[in-house]
Amino acid sequence: MWEKKPILLLLLATGTILVGTIVTMILPFAWVNTDHDKIETVTPYNALEQEGRDIYIREGCNNCHSQTVRPLVAEVLRYGEYSKSGEFVYDRPFLWGSKRTGPDLARIGGKYPDDWHYKHMDSPRSMVPKTNMPDYKWLRDNKLDPDMVRRKMDVLNFPYSGDEIKALNNKNEMDAIVAYMQKLGTGIPWRESAAITIVGDLTNPYSGVDHLTMEGWEDIYQENCAACHGEHMEGDIGPELVGSAYEEAELFEIIYNGISDGGMPGFSNLGKDKVWKLVNYLKYYQQGEGHH
Amino acid sequence: MDKPEYNIAIVRGFVTWSILWGLVAILVGVIVSFQMIDPDLNFPPYLTFGRLRPIHTNAGIYGWGVGSIFAMFFYIVQRLCKTALWSDKLARFQLWFFNATIIASAVTLILGYTTSKEYHEMEWPIDVMIVILWVAFAINIIMTIIKRREEQMYISLWYMLAAIVGVAILFLVNSAAVPVSLFKSYSAYAGTNDANVHWWFGHNAVAMALTAPPLAMFYYFLPKSTGVPIYSHRLSIIAFWSLIFMYLWTGAHHLLWTPVPDWIQTLAMAFSVMLIAPSWGSVINGYLSMNGQWHQMRENYLVKFLIVGITFYGLQTLQGPMQAIRTFSAFIHYTDWVPAHIHMGTMGWVSMIAFAGIYYLAPRIYGRELYSIPLANLHFWLILIGQLIWSISLWIAGVLQAGMWNAMNDDGSLTYTFMETMVEMYPYWWARSIGGVIYLLGVVIFIYNLVLTAKGDKSAPVVASAEGRA
Repeated sequence: MWEKKPILLLLLATGTILVGTIVTMILPFAWVNTDHDKIETVTPYNALEQEGRDIYIREGCNNCHSQTVRPLVAEVLRYGEYSKSGEFVYDRPFLWGSKRTGPDLARIGGKYPDDWHYKHMDSPRSMVPKTNMPDYKWLRDNKLDPDMVRRKMDVLNFPYSGDEIKALNNKNEMDAIVAYMQKLGTGIPWRESAAITIVGDLTNPYSGVDHLTMEGWEDIYQENCAACHGEHMEGDIGPELVGSAYEEAELFEIIYNGISDGGMPGFSNLGKDKVWKLVNYLKYYQQGEGHH
Repeated sequence: MDKPEYNIAIVRGFVTWSILWGLVAILVGVIVSFQMIDPDLNFPPYLTFGRLRPIHTNAGIYGWGVGSIFAMFFYIVQRLCKTALWSDKLARFQLWFFNATIIASAVTLILGYTTSKEYHEMEWPIDVMIVILWVAFAINIIMTIIKRREEQMYISLWYMLAAIVGVAILFLVNSAAVPVSLFKSYSAYAGTNDANVHWWFGHNAVAMALTAPPLAMFYYFLPKSTGVPIYSHRLSIIAFWSLIFMYLWTGAHHLLWTPVPDWIQTLAMAFSVMLIAPSWGSVINGYLSMNGQWHQMRENYLVKFLIVGITFYGLQTLQGPMQAIRTFSAFIHYTDWVPAHIHMGTMGWVSMIAFAGIYYLAPRIYGRELYSIPLANLHFWLILIGQLIWSISLWIAGVLQAGMWNAMNDDGSLTYTFMETMVEMYPYWWARSIGGVIYLLGVVIFIYNLVLTAKGDKSAPVVASAEGRA
């Protein structure tokens, strides 16, 4: 009887533990990271990106940021196309995370221009006043170690060139982590396919609204636009905003879909109503007005 | 029969050090909770949330959790086997090596040497140390059981043996990595495979390190404290085998809606719900063992810790399966609800049982009665209230944030930006920090009580109260 035989108990317990282990942990290797879930457009990290990824790991960014978008309506709206298994074949270790104290980063690549990331990493609160993310400006002071990066690339068996390694001499840790951010989620061309084609005529629902009402919409501008275009539309990372530059409908499309080449993210997730308010605010609300 | 020369010194050693690491874990936990409220409390590069949080979790799991398990097991195994420990030397080595491992873990984590894998962040040299530690422990326990002088192995010993083999398998498989240098390695698995292996480890580490051993303690200390045996031996057998069978299927409930294959998620969900049965098997066995003894909840502080502890285990094993259901996970995952769940398990269930065990051991390892039972009661109430404030505030926060993340306007757009949902968390994070401080206060009182017990009047009568009962 096993209650009197410790070795037998050990063997039985091991066998019992192994059943679920084999089915749910070992068996999946037959499907995952094979041709079954392969995506041709997904490429390994380059030297700078991989080093950025290791800095992300070192600083424990995964404690607050996840990296998987689930196939749920609100989630795809907020972050972008849901994550596919084949996108992660070069991720050692995986960095999906388990908590979103900050937003998911699986699709952050290409959302903002590099300048946005530098400014944000230097001082997150300069762009998002109420955030609890600490400053990472000090990453700029740390040089990279090209020899170490080369060894890493060898161990990972990722392709790299001598020039690529040499170029690391002129880079710091901040450059690396920003390069990594820009790579995230770009293995599939989801931004192009996610852009919304607006059909039919766009009619400004707030046509001719008075300035007092528009003043009430300033919050929408400050929360979503000011970090890049300046508190008074004077421009910073993004250009100065001049109301007369675009027609109403053009402005709506730019805000709604963004300009992917120019690094301007789309704001369709704000909804049409808020975007129209922004169009009116930008186009008709004169700078200096309302600021006493 | 001669009374064997039990090794009590090693038990005392592990009690002392595990409590110290427990204090560190709680202290760092309180610090990181304040860092979440105010980013200016981060002092880069070493003292940032990202680097300190793994120290909190690993000091809690390996320092306090595993350390106190070592203490209890060394005590329990000698009693249940009616024989002295197989090797005192090996146990002594294990104690010092344990402390060396915990210190090395803390130092390397603060320096940024991390694998990033949750609850397994330490880099490969420390993994090697942990393996040595576990092998030393396993040999000593197994050999002591083999040379036992009591034919029948009591329930606690089964759980011990299962934990020993379970942790070994989990840890070894999840440690597999290719080193680049002494402090950097890359996982042997990539992407989705890595995620699946890791949460197979992550969830079952909870089973094998933070469920089986506290159950071993509970099954030993409850009858010892109440003076009446466990209600049903048969129920404990069924619960034991079904628990260790079902647990291993459930890891992927941490990965619902991720790219992990659907069928693994579905199995994980189904087995998680089924796990309610063996979990509650132990809860019910505990409750029924209290038949006719419920008055002891008033009179015996040990029973209070144990029964409230097993009650939190019961709640934990209902809430867990609920979160493992896809629809609920879709709503609640990634919010503060999840840490609230974990902390009910660690602060409520595991720590309550460990505190009870240490209080039970105190007279036996220090040779005199506990300095103050009123202080032990105060400790009980502070940690209970602290933990409830901690968990309840974050359950509310989790539901609130999940609701805001999912809120949509009539035109199908999102109602709130991420930032608008995050700023709503601040009041709840404050409440959580206050709960943590209250819990910390309770633990400080616990330590004070033990120090005075240990330092007490040497001429005071030595206790041998429950010593005779095996």
